[in-house]
Amino acid sequence: MAMTTRDRARVSLGIQAGIFLAVVIVLAVMVDWSAIRNSFFSIENLGPMFPEIITVGLFNTVKYTVVGFVFGLLGGTLLALMRMSSFPVYRWVATGYIEFFRGIPAILVFIALGFGASLAFGVNLSTLQIAGSALAIVASAYIAETLRAGLQAVPKGQIEAARALGMPAWRAMVTIQIPQAFRIVLPPLTNEAILLTKDSSLIFVVGMAGGAAELTKMGRDGINIYQAGLTPLVIAGFCYLLLTVPLSLLARRMEHRSPRTGKK
Amino acid sequence: MSQNQTTDAATQGADQFQAAGAYSAAGVTISGLHKSFGDNEVLKGIDMEVAPGEVVCLIGASGSGKSTLLRCVNRLENPNAGTITVGEHEATHPDVNLDAMRRQIGMVFQQFNLFPHLSVLENCTITPRRVLGQSKAEAEAEALAQLDTVGLKHLSDRRPDQLSGGQQQRVAIARALTMKPQLMLFDEPTSALDPETVGDVLASMRKLAEAGMTMLVVTHEMGFAREVADRVVFMDQGLVVEEGPATEVIGSPQQPRTQDFLRRVLNPLAE
Repeated sequence: MAMTTRDRARVSLGIQAGIFLAVVIVLAVMVDWSAIRNSFFSIENLGPMFPEIITVGLFNTVKYTVVGFVFGLLGGTLLALMRMSSFPVYRWVATGYIEFFRGIPAILVFIALGFGASLAFGVNLSTLQIAGSALAIVASAYIAETLRAGLQAVPKGQIEAARALGMPAWRAMVTIQIPQAFRIVLPPLTNEAILLTKDSSLIFVVGMAGGAAELTKMGRDGINIYQAGLTPLVIAGFCYLLLTVPLSLLARRMEHRSPRTGKK
Repeated sequence: MSQNQTTDAATQGADQFQAAGAYSAAGVTISGLHKSFGDNEVLKGIDMEVAPGEVVCLIGASGSGKSTLLRCVNRLENPNAGTITVGEHEATHPDVNLDAMRRQIGMVFQQFNLFPHLSVLENCTITPRRVLGQSKAEAEAEALAQLDTVGLKHLSDRRPDQLSGGQQQRVAIARALTMKPQLMLFDEPTSALDPETVGDVLASMRKLAEAGMTMLVVTHEMGFAREVADRVVFMDQGLVVEEGPATEVIGSPQQPRTQDFLRRVLNPLAE
């Protein structure tokens, strides 16, 4: 008897569900649940981690990220304008900067600032200064490309209409182009903030005093302090999710909202 | 002027445009205009005159240079050679104040180009406020008056994407008029519209013409050209081939290229 397309789809779905269930059962039987629990989820000894993991760790993570993002936004705006400049030297400098810092791992920038700055210039940077500027240096490269794409996504007819009405070029940019570009770049900028939140953990390679510790540092220290396996890192991980999941939901909501651009 | 005007049809008399602001019309003089894009010479020496208050329709096949000519007048395109004067402004002079000149030249685009992040009313007030320094109340009163003349005052708090194409284009006309232009340029204003909304836009343009505005209109609407234009200019391959009163150029064209073009436009099924 010939199967209809729908029958075939139903059989296929049933087979997939069966395989999935089999894998789950095998894993559940094989895994040493008590070892897993002891390594990752022994939360009963971790009372002392609170409230410092929030008041110090989470707070410092947010602080480094916000400083990095704000200065990254400023630097990124400057680089985006340089990238679109009619003066070639500006374009070359901006392109070189962007390609360089997008192309190397962020951890190298943290190491360079954390250890290199004092060696090269004899200055001792605070943890906030190292983390903030390392994040800003990396973020500005990514943000510059996002902003440039956003500005260029505003249809040319919008600028022409503004200029035809008699707006000077700067006025057309401020009143017409930037507000529309802003709506376009808001979701990708939110994603950039998520990436920065996670990259702020890289400051651990430089090391820092207790009061300046952020989530990853406190999680790693917790492994040594408490007899709870890797559970402190799990706690730190959940704290990151506390920051990144709302941002991610925000970005998704903004993507779904119809962007008000001149495009049909 | 009726304050509770809610009809969507732009059928009121020309006196309303004048009530919203009388026009001091400017003329246009174009001579020896050349424009190339790379190796492609689009305008090959155009001479043209538009008298103050005159309505001139530019017709011709696509690629004949009509839109480029229009865009040279307010310098959205920079001509390679030739001179253009608009009123007291010498558009092609190196020291011309382009922004001041453009404030006196309204332009309506094929794709409307309303500002999508602003309401209909804000579209009409942003330039008077930010560029002319008008107060909010002053700019809004003028904008509402202009929206009323195109029959869209009741939609002033909508967003452009909530309007039909024809409504958007009428807002674009009102937006241009809030700057009190002395010349209006129309670049195929009805080509992107659904057929049923074309009529309202053409009615608004006709009212504007009757109110004494100088108008330079690139169009494929032969009916509009015949009824409203004082003069019709037929262009082909970057040159003016034939010009004269609408009834003559459209009714009894003398040049073979004009005859051929009109035959294809007016009777597309014939061949």
